[in-house]
Amino acid sequence: MALSCHQLGSFPPRLSVYVLLIVFVAAASASHDAPQDGTHDPTNVTHKKAFPVLLFNYDHVRTPFEISLWILLALLMKLGFHVIPRVSQVVPESCLLIVVGLLVGGFIKAIGEKAPALDDTLFFLYLLPPIILDAGYFLPIRPFTENVGTILVFAVVGTLWNAFFMGGVMYGVCQLEGGQLASVDLLSCLLFGSIVSAVDPVAVLAVFEEIHINELLHILVFGESLLNDAVTVVLYHLFKEFSAVGTVTVLDGVLAVVCFFVVSLGGLLVGSIYGVLGAFTSRFTSHTRVIEPLFVFLYSYMAYLSAEVFHLSGIMSLIACGVTMRPYVEANVSHKSYTTIKYFLKMWSSVSETLIFIFLGVSTVAGPHAWNWTFVVVTVVLCLVSRVIGVIGLTYVINKFRIVKLTKKDQFIVAYGGLRGAIAYSLGFLLPDHHMKTLFLTAIITVVFFTVFVQGMTIRPLVELLAVKKKKETRRSINEEIHTQFLDHLLTGIEGVCGHYGHHHWKDKLNRFNKTYVKRWLIAGERSMEPQLISFYNKMEMRQAMLMVESGSSAKLPGLISMQNIQPKVESRGRTIPKISKGREEEIRRILRANLQQTKQRLRSYSRHDLFADPFEDMNENLSEMRFRKQRVEMERRMSHYLTVPANRQETPPVRRVRFESDDQDYTSRESSGVRARNIGPNSSPADAISVLEESPPLRPNRRSDGGVRRSAEHGAQATDDDAEKETGEPQTQGRRVSDPGPN
Amino acid sequence: MGASQTRTEDVFQELSEKTGFSLEQIRILHKRFRQLSGDEETISKENLEKIQALDKNPIRNQIIEAFFDKRNQNDGEVGSSREIGFQQFVKVMCHFKPPTLKMTTEEKEAIRREKLRFLFNMHDTDDDGTITLDEYRKVVEELLSKSGAIGQEAAKAIADAAMLEVASINVPHMEPHEFYEGITFEHFEQILKGLEMESRMNIRFLDVDTSTMHCGKSQ
Repeated sequence: MALSCHQLGSFPPRLSVYVLLIVFVAAASASHDAPQDGTHDPTNVTHKKAFPVLLFNYDHVRTPFEISLWILLALLMKLGFHVIPRVSQVVPESCLLIVVGLLVGGFIKAIGEKAPALDDTLFFLYLLPPIILDAGYFLPIRPFTENVGTILVFAVVGTLWNAFFMGGVMYGVCQLEGGQLASVDLLSCLLFGSIVSAVDPVAVLAVFEEIHINELLHILVFGESLLNDAVTVVLYHLFKEFSAVGTVTVLDGVLAVVCFFVVSLGGLLVGSIYGVLGAFTSRFTSHTRVIEPLFVFLYSYMAYLSAEVFHLSGIMSLIACGVTMRPYVEANVSHKSYTTIKYFLKMWSSVSETLIFIFLGVSTVAGPHAWNWTFVVVTVVLCLVSRVIGVIGLTYVINKFRIVKLTKKDQFIVAYGGLRGAIAYSLGFLLPDHHMKTLFLTAIITVVFFTVFVQGMTIRPLVELLAVKKKKETRRSINEEIHTQFLDHLLTGIEGVCGHYGHHHWKDKLNRFNKTYVKRWLIAGERSMEPQLISFYNKMEMRQAMLMVESGSSAKLPGLISMQNIQPKVESRGRTIPKISKGREEEIRRILRANLQQTKQRLRSYSRHDLFADPFEDMNENLSEMRFRKQRVEMERRMSHYLTVPANRQETPPVRRVRFESDDQDYTSRESSGVRARNIGPNSSPADAISVLEESPPLRPNRRSDGGVRRSAEHGAQATDDDAEKETGEPQTQGRRVSDPGPN
Repeated sequence: MGASQTRTEDVFQELSEKTGFSLEQIRILHKRFRQLSGDEETISKENLEKIQALDKNPIRNQIIEAFFDKRNQNDGEVGSSREIGFQQFVKVMCHFKPPTLKMTTEEKEAIRREKLRFLFNMHDTDDDGTITLDEYRKVVEELLSKSGAIGQEAAKAIADAAMLEVASINVPHMEPHEFYEGITFEHFEQILKGLEMESRMNIRFLDVDTSTMHCGKSQ
């Protein structure tokens, strides 16, 4: 299949998509052919047939084959869309996928086969969890917690309003209309209303991801779509139970409210428990790095399933698990595991999303339909109307409590972004066979189509038209991080002066609790003590280091500003000869020569020259490589400059390569198991902060010799810069790790 | 008695108009002010240092200092007062009001600049209009001070990296011999552009009766 794609590359893109489509359909229909009889007749022993060279036994692999085929073809479709540039810019991918599903479903039906429908087990147990986990694990916590009140109000009150308003008005319309609809009773309408009222996270994600609106709006709509699951679950079960019975009493109403709290809080609790378990487990995985990602996935999936067992909100459980687990897991796992987790989650959620939309299309064609103009049209109109009224009304109330109010533009986007999707369809599918079921299903499908197609397609130009603020593209800088933390403390302090315990006070308390108790249990080693600013700094360093490696060093050296430019100058106190031992000098000279000689020397050659032993992961090598390259470039640029710079500086030497206590101990304890590259991170400051560490004696004993050798080599290479650059008054023990193991 | 009360009300009214707080909020702040000052007319640093809620705060001293910093009064003076009255207290609190819905973009910009100015003054302890490397280092050190024994090294490195970033963004091409004096207010504005101070640097001044908020903890 993949090969055919390449071969078709030379054809006009549209043609290739059509061909793919046809192939897709052919294969899909083939998978429904009657099983071939490929086995031999076991009783046929009298006649000796020729030994069968080639057999056809499809039954054997039927199920996995079909599944793989569907997934593969779905992904090829996704590939195909991006080949046609113009279409993919106008039409969101979800629409295209639904169209493909429709076409496929149509073909299959035309051939006379039975198309597979989006059945609820498949959807709820296999397709939905990856998407939700991906969303929950990477949920931006700060905007979410800052707006959690607003989100909850929209999710709970908004959904309730939608459900009852729609159910009520539908009932009224049905009564008025009479005829076929007269038999629809109030409870059925309310049930229908509750299914169709919930904003769908899959659809929201699919559409909003492509329009890049600002964080606040994104988190509002998306958060709402996640948290309304509890409401939907309760309402759905409530009305389903009672539409069978026929009446609802006050007691039932009260029980429903209680049920809501149980469902939502229970879901959160289950998720948190699994999250804590997962975090705790990750503390001990330092020797088995390879299976780390699996723990994350499995614990989360178990959280979802466990919540589903008790009819609690599985989505909330999954979100709670991901959110709880994430900070601790990230502190514990290796960098590779982190990347793996990220990419697997993205991959699975992407596949799921694609499959969901395609199946939605196929099911539309496959399913039985009962079209009733009034019902369907009223449903669609009501969805929009109730959403708009709900948002406006709620915003009016919410704005009284918000510091940063929601503007009309914001309200519009929130209202317009309330898309319905596959969850509504699946819930409809789950309905017990009801005389109105097909009618409901048709209406639901129409609403879903309407929101995804019409609203999905038009939201992008509307966002442009209304000039809604877009997402800030740049990554957070260290200054912003410093000031975010500073602001947190400042605002907490001002609240303290004012004497009232607001938002910041409680957040501060939670952070402190987290730091003193929770982190100690859930994070391995010394990282549990690391303040957030430092973790951020490390991560930033790491990122820049990787950026340099990938870009091939000299091209992207960040800025031409170096430490020299920001150091306050002092009068030179005359130049003195650096007191270096002979052996050291030799080593330095050798390194300098080696560095300057070749331009394309690979790092491996250095290791052969025994400058450092490198038993560690690739990342470390890359970083060292990067560092060497960087140094080489720096040196080539400023070699002469080094040798003439006045030696003496002030007492506190300029930049030190940061080696935190936590780092060192971490480093040595993990050497055998493969050091996280993170440990090397702090070494590569943005500029040529090629400095030497002024150690405090307690750090010395932790160093093991092989690690030390490596360090000294790096230090050696870098120390050359330092020696040339720095003054002589400095204690010479800096950086002379192994060769001068003595104290300062 | 009656006369002085109406005078107080007038003062409140005037303050309310000047600063944009509602009358109710001014009354609450006044109650708090009396509480902090022990029923005096002015508060000094010692009064603020007694607040228990500030104990665990790493930048406690800077916050207290900010109240007494004359630059935050927008009078054009510099230096630090020893005591402040209610008006000055409210003036400082003014920096933490959110912009209203009805403000234009320019007004929001002005508010943002005011808040950034407040932050800048907190960092620029020697009143010279720039944040030097040492001052910035001190800021980071204070931030990390309550976070455990990480030590000066980390703070220095982070501050240096941050300073470099500011310099790189604002003055992209510098010769090796040129020296970047310090972060000026314009540069400061530039680097914190993305944070949208006008939406973040706010606290809630609720119209709530302070007598319910004591809980025995605050002073």
